[in-house]
Amino acid sequence: MNKPLRATELQPDDDGPLYLAQKKIYPQSVSGPFRRIKWILMAVCLGIYYFLPFVRWNRGLGAPDQAVLIDLANNRFYFFAIELWPQEIYYFTGLLIVAAIVLFLMNSLGGRVWCGYLCPQTVWTDLFYAVERFVEGDRRERMRKAGEGFKMQRAAELALKHSIWLMIAWWTGGAWVLYFADAPTLIKELVTFDAPMVAYIWIGILTFTTYTLAGFMREQVCVYMCPWPRIQAALTDEWALNVTYKYDRGEKRSSLKKAAQLRAIGEPVGDCVDCNQCVAVCPTGIDIRNGPQLDCIQCGLCIDACDNVMTKIGRPTRLIGYDNDINIHRRMEGKPEIFKPIRARTVIYTLIIVAIGGAMIYKLANRTLLDINVLHDRNPVAVRLSDGSVRNGYTIRFLNKRGFDRVVAVDVDGPPNAVIHVVGADSITPARPMIILGRDTTTELRVLVDSNSSDDVPSSVPVTFHVTDIGLGEVASTKDVFVTP
Amino acid sequence: MADHAHHGEIDKVTGTATTGHEWDGIQELNTPLPRWWIWTFYATIIWAIGYFIVYPAWPLMNGYTHGLFGYSSRAELDVDLAKLNQIRGEKMQALANASLEEIEKNPALLALARAKGKVVFGDNCAACHGSGAAGGKGFPNLNDDDWLWGGTLEQIEKTIKYGARSGNDDGHMGNMLAFGKDGVLTKEQIVQVANFVRSLSGQSTRPGVDLAAGKQIFAENCVACHGEDAKGNPELGAPNLTDKIWLYGGDEATIIETITNGRGGVMPAWIGRLDPTTIKAMAVYVHSLGGGK
Ligand code: SF4
Ligand code: SF4
Repeated sequence: MNKPLRATELQPDDDGPLYLAQKKIYPQSVSGPFRRIKWILMAVCLGIYYFLPFVRWNRGLGAPDQAVLIDLANNRFYFFAIELWPQEIYYFTGLLIVAAIVLFLMNSLGGRVWCGYLCPQTVWTDLFYAVERFVEGDRRERMRKAGEGFKMQRAAELALKHSIWLMIAWWTGGAWVLYFADAPTLIKELVTFDAPMVAYIWIGILTFTTYTLAGFMREQVCVYMCPWPRIQAALTDEWALNVTYKYDRGEKRSSLKKAAQLRAIGEPVGDCVDCNQCVAVCPTGIDIRNGPQLDCIQCGLCIDACDNVMTKIGRPTRLIGYDNDINIHRRMEGKPEIFKPIRARTVIYTLIIVAIGGAMIYKLANRTLLDINVLHDRNPVAVRLSDGSVRNGYTIRFLNKRGFDRVVAVDVDGPPNAVIHVVGADSITPARPMIILGRDTTTELRVLVDSNSSDDVPSSVPVTFHVTDIGLGEVASTKDVFVTP
Repeated sequence: MADHAHHGEIDKVTGTATTGHEWDGIQELNTPLPRWWIWTFYATIIWAIGYFIVYPAWPLMNGYTHGLFGYSSRAELDVDLAKLNQIRGEKMQALANASLEEIEKNPALLALARAKGKVVFGDNCAACHGSGAAGGKGFPNLNDDDWLWGGTLEQIEKTIKYGARSGNDDGHMGNMLAFGKDGVLTKEQIVQVANFVRSLSGQSTRPGVDLAAGKQIFAENCVACHGEDAKGNPELGAPNLTDKIWLYGGDEATIIETITNGRGGVMPAWIGRLDPTTIKAMAVYVHSLGGGK
């Protein structure tokens, strides 16, 4: 087979190979404000991810004391003071919607903020590059070493790099499983090989994916595998700020020396000195000066690189910066720049976020810890008793979302002279049945309501069931109907 | 279609070579896939072949290739079912060992008995008593508190086991006589006693009917089974005539028909057809419908 080439390297008369080689990228280290932001965000994101499972949160006796825990066995999700049951899955739906709209909002304000600074693919790849640089040296050294033959020292370096990578990857998988069980206990079990098989399997899977995606696939994930670049390209508009090469200022490129000469004689000349620094630092190996492109994850590193050059040669910084085409054209026409962060789409996105987020917070704040659901018997709908009174049967489900058992009374009102009777629950107070609800669980009981009336009653009257916590006074109610045959 | 004459052009906008394929003037850029992508694709093909070899894959004339692993979802189901049956067996044993009262007092056993009873009831009893046990004319409603043969757990269990007028030696016996057809009472007497019976449950009577005579007839003919107070006798399956529940109907015409032709509804004995534990579960289920005593 022919030697694989980049698409742009294909010659007109090449039949071309079936596939492309992955271009090896050796991003150069860079310093500057964007690099600093990225370091900080990396520390924060990874810190949260790796250490959150160890944070404790006291929920009382018998309840797990892990701040964030997905308890699959018991169908519970704990997040600090919040405990969610499976039927409250809509909170996650809400969260996903909010997350999506936040992405849209970030995109319409500052382009691929997610990709450049926050996406796990970016963060871990960045970390792996840092390790690579630490072990093998910076861009030039790495390129040189890659071209050289195999040496003992090189082998040692590679072994070191891959072991560090694998350790990070393994830690990543390890932290993942800690979210699904009590972290300290699970770690003990993992060490003594007492942990469930599934924990080891997941650690294995995530070690493998982290190692391959951050160590080898890198920008290929963004360019070929991830849907987000395609989506965001469809979402963006002409006002969104993106990492942009300001060609109005940069062109026409020339060397430093030539630029000085031209400037001396008053000839127009661009600020770009064609030093290729922006290309050298780019983690996806592209040239931002070719304009906005799908491969650019907008990490901002080329801004830092270019700023450093501009400072050195004494030209204003931000030849590359967050900008848009509108302003490039306005500057070319000698008009002042305008920025429009507040426009229809950002306002709408914000409103959606506020509305859904607000609804969720409201719902969460008013979440009941005692609840009651009722289902009327369908067959028979009503029963005539020997004394002429009418009985309706219901299935009632009580939900006790507190971490302790409690005694509740069940009352009914609506039908005339209504008497309630709970099947299978003996109560010392027959007129007002009391039952015990187990902690953090649901209880389903059959309930009979008798109503006796000398008057003609309508065939259907509303009935309300109340469940009252005897100790705490919490009340939950629900409505149904009482039917007379 | 493919016009290879164009092969070798460089697209002006992207600077990329074209494949030389052209459709109505639209040319295809030559953007090859990444190498890892191609290899992943080949890997999936190899994986698929492996899959065909180890798992059931090809349909044959009669049957299919079983694959090296011999996997079958059917066999998996059998294992699961066996497990389930074992669990069920243990639970049913607990049910068999417990007395009726114990079952009602133990929430877990009660739930189990109710669940089992409900299914068995649907299969065997619903034909007459209705799927919700609400009964119908001639077939008692089992949700109410009126019981022909008694509404305690034991009485219900006995009725299910041996039935009523079922031919089983231990079954409930006793018919209501056909007072009219057999010539014990005249038509007029029947009207009188029928109206008297209606008065017992506070229903209206036909004007001009001699209720005192009806009372006399009742005392002479009916109290043997229905009792002095007309409250019935579960030993004989004689219903309570003072309440609001009528198996065949409480209107005058129906009562007259009942007295004239007698009644004798049959319930089969289930003892030979269902095992004792199942009957126990069913008794608990019927009792828990709400009317149990
Ligand atoms: S392109 Fe996809 S994988 Fe790459 S940084 Fe953006 S969101 Fe992450
Ligand atoms: S072009 Fe600049 S912003 Fe885009 S990925 Fe490369 S370095 Fe980051």
